[in-house]
Amino acid sequence: MGVVSRVSGPVVIAEGLEGAKMFDVVRVGELGLVGEIIRLVGETATVQVYEDTTGVRPGDKVDNTGQALSVELGPGLLTSIYDGVQRPLDVLKKNLGDFITRGFVAPPLDEKKVWEFTATAKAGGEVAPGAILGTVQETPLIAHRIMVPPNLRGTLTDLKSGAYTIRDPIGTLTTPSGKVPLFLSQKWVVRVPRPVQQKLAPGIPLITGQRVVDTFYPVAKGGTACIPGPFGSGKTVTQQQLAKWSDADVVVYVGCGERGNEMTEVLATFPHLQDPKSGRPLMERTILIANTSNMPVAAREASVYTGITIAEYYRDMGYDVALMADSTSRWAEAMREISGRLEEMPGEEGYPAYLGRRIAEFYERAGRVVTVSPEGRTGSVTVVGAVSPPGGDFSEPVSQNTLRVARVFWALDASLASRRHFPSINWLQSYSLYVGDIEPWYRQELSKEWVGLRQKALEILQKESELQEIVQLVGVDALPEREKGILDVARMLREDYLQQSAYDDVDTYTSIKKQYRMLKAILEFGDKEQEAIGRGTSLAEIQKLPVRQKISRGKWIPEKELDTQFDAIELEMSQSIAALGGA
Amino acid sequence: MAAKSSKNVPNADVPIDYRTIDRIAGPLLFVRDVANAAYGEIVEIALPDGTRRQGQVLDSRKGLAIVQVFGPTMGMNLTQTSVKFMGEVARLPVSDEMLGRVFTGLGEPRDGGPRIVSEQSLEIVGNAMNPYSREEPSEFIQTGLSNIDVMNTLVRGQKLPIFSGAGLPHNQLAAQIVRQAKLRNSTENFAVVFAAMGITSEEANFFLKEFETTGALERTVVFMNLSSDPSMERVITPRMALTTAEFLAYERDMHILVVLTDMTNYCEALREIASAREEVPGRRGYPGYLYTDLATLYERAGKIQGRKGSITQLPILTMPADDITHPIPDLTGYITEGQIVASRDLQRRGVYPPIDVLTSLSRLMNQGIGKGRTREDHRGVADQLYASYATGKDQRALSAIVGEEALSAIDRVYLKIAERFESEFVNQRPDEDRTIDESLAIGWDILADLPESELKRIKPELIAKYRPQRAAKA
Repeated sequence: MGVVSRVSGPVVIAEGLEGAKMFDVVRVGELGLVGEIIRLVGETATVQVYEDTTGVRPGDKVDNTGQALSVELGPGLLTSIYDGVQRPLDVLKKNLGDFITRGFVAPPLDEKKVWEFTATAKAGGEVAPGAILGTVQETPLIAHRIMVPPNLRGTLTDLKSGAYTIRDPIGTLTTPSGKVPLFLSQKWVVRVPRPVQQKLAPGIPLITGQRVVDTFYPVAKGGTACIPGPFGSGKTVTQQQLAKWSDADVVVYVGCGERGNEMTEVLATFPHLQDPKSGRPLMERTILIANTSNMPVAAREASVYTGITIAEYYRDMGYDVALMADSTSRWAEAMREISGRLEEMPGEEGYPAYLGRRIAEFYERAGRVVTVSPEGRTGSVTVVGAVSPPGGDFSEPVSQNTLRVARVFWALDASLASRRHFPSINWLQSYSLYVGDIEPWYRQELSKEWVGLRQKALEILQKESELQEIVQLVGVDALPEREKGILDVARMLREDYLQQSAYDDVDTYTSIKKQYRMLKAILEFGDKEQEAIGRGTSLAEIQKLPVRQKISRGKWIPEKELDTQFDAIELEMSQSIAALGGA
Repeated sequence: MAAKSSKNVPNADVPIDYRTIDRIAGPLLFVRDVANAAYGEIVEIALPDGTRRQGQVLDSRKGLAIVQVFGPTMGMNLTQTSVKFMGEVARLPVSDEMLGRVFTGLGEPRDGGPRIVSEQSLEIVGNAMNPYSREEPSEFIQTGLSNIDVMNTLVRGQKLPIFSGAGLPHNQLAAQIVRQAKLRNSTENFAVVFAAMGITSEEANFFLKEFETTGALERTVVFMNLSSDPSMERVITPRMALTTAEFLAYERDMHILVVLTDMTNYCEALREIASAREEVPGRRGYPGYLYTDLATLYERAGKIQGRKGSITQLPILTMPADDITHPIPDLTGYITEGQIVASRDLQRRGVYPPIDVLTSLSRLMNQGIGKGRTREDHRGVADQLYASYATGKDQRALSAIVGEEALSAIDRVYLKIAERFESEFVNQRPDEDRTIDESLAIGWDILADLPESELKRIKPELIAKYRPQRAAKA
């Protein structure tokens, strides 16, 4: 046992901790505040404390648990809401009331809840690391596959189906070093990535139902994406839309140093939203980590690791997992704050010199992988990180270090947001390096035309920005009719396609098939418009056609009436434009 | 809310007077040979001339405590000044008697009235509200200002700052909001907690007079730290105010509007302490933990499930050189649920309130509006006004270069819409209290200039229902 020799904010220095290891979890003071050793000099340990240290004084005791910071992984994770160090917030509320007081420890998973376990592995056989022992139906959406921990192998001496809590042994594994009881849950150290056999190339898009994302800047399953943007540009709404509608099996949403009311909004809306595939509440596939901005800063630093470890665990079961981290800048600032208290030599803008390494290590935990398993299951973790650059300036260290590793860049644009163009993802600045990887998937699953349509739409938007520069100088009336036509279709792309309301029941989610029909209708209209202009029809004439408005309102067509309505629009379009004569 | 007992701090037996100050630097005292001062512990400092000041432990190690003094260090010396560690963190006695009173930034009476005597005293550094206990803010507060009610709706439990600049009428605006703010069809228990940090006595008098003439003073608790008062107090003042607000909201079921002004002065006081401690500075010399520190204030707004009261925050800050990317507005905007941005351009055009709609935002707006709350067409009208005004402003910039004649017919309509939006919708008298229906009607009247095909943000059935039947020129 050691004693406190200094306390300054979340950093406590303790003496006399014999045998302490780096990143051991310690308990500080009478209240037993949870902390983690982040520096060792002789027997003096520097501890970052996950709770407010007010009232801690030199001479207070410090106990070393000898364990590194870990999460407990097992059935019951889904639908939970945790703080940054996996304390369940609902249990905290039950025990502490509406405000989080300190020194309270709660088991992350309900220890009393009984789960129905169906064994699929046979007792007597050899089992390899990651082998599936059986399943628990965790929620109606997700079957929780109980696995042999990735660091164990041996003979399965005993395994039975039945009703168990996470504390009841479900079987026994005989390893060369002795018998090991097996449980429904396992522990894993958060700062160590769970091992994989092999990383695979990305090839399947994560369908998000957001048109600008799926059509123009898609992220692959197992890919990495970042959303940098100033405040008010819609990072959080975009992140929440992805959490709601992306076709991942499991979603881990990390609210890292953000607003309390935003987490409340997630908590209030997710149970009422339906998964478009199964019709079940979205909450049944979601895990929330909420370490809001006013909660202790060291726990904020830990929260992204807690989140990604949980994501990796579901990946190991063979699921596609999407992790949203909002915002990684707050995580980086937590690092900076602690580094400052340690009086480390600062790097750029006061951030520690290891900032870039930490960010890269975090994004590297994403990927589509062959998991550690005898049959070579595949699973993926897609990471989407929001970045909050001060003053919206992307040249700051967190944005720059993130851009170096993330392969999709959704550039949020304050000027789009201020005119309420949402999602305010700038279509000229953003990029996705996965487009080539997932092209074959689109050709096969959607349409051979798709890649061409996308390219054409992008060209029109690019052309628009060039024309706008001319318009700035000479006015739109000076342009030839043909170019006015390009501006017209570009405007339709922007307003009727790229703009998407997160708050409209229909518009909030657009299936990839509907995206295809919408985009095709707009581009065909553009083609026919150009043809008609070529015949001498005036643009104003074409713009008056009722079918143009119908295309504009295409975003509100329900998925069920997709084909009938768009077929009708296309028919009307060719007829009505053809009917327009020349001048 | 702050814990009710002081168990968090093990009692130092009998407080000892330490006369072992080693160094005085800026607002900091370095006290030697202190056995075990608690982090955050309150100290009492006795000066040679007998005056007493308060301070707080910022850093404690074996044999040394660093104390931040709330107030000037003038008159302190190393040998005759004594420091007493009180064994407790900062607390504020709270009671119903606080309503109608004016206190200093440290919670002492400033109005000549008696001290607050109460059995209940709360720690001013509140614990974090459990996000799981929060209730989603969704009750529309009508401020009577079209620009806020329709475009950037305020809801109960929200924190919505006013970003302003020197010389802009933010005080008048804040006073108007305080005066007019109400729920529709409701007469619930409502009170104001006002925290002034480093503002001038003229500004302070403006607010006090405003509260007095509208009869709001007896429903107001004022904590006042003027620019002539010690800057170190400013670090405590908002916490005093918020602790009071929490008491009134969660234990007395009241709906509290907290006005914090001026947050820029608060942040500068923090910077002063950080530099005195020789900390590694972040952007513009502000400490790296400015975000976390501001969050511990702003996040104390909200509503709790199962409790009647609520805390709505209206912080005011002046942006140095009108720069919204300055660390103070920047970090504030990342924490608060939107912002109301004052515009010098509109002010020069004689528009009151000069709120720039395009850079303003209310993140909780969506929960507070729509059918059953305001009106079903609210979202669409707001979005359409935004988009049309933005287009109109673009056309205004364009016509400055190419002339109005070079604009297309529809672009000229947008140009006119931008004008009307500023002069009819945004512009109103400082005593004009518009209902939401009146505000929406003005909005529709302006939008009616547009042909229906341009109204892409509003659903067709709502256009049919609400669009005034004035023939629009297509």
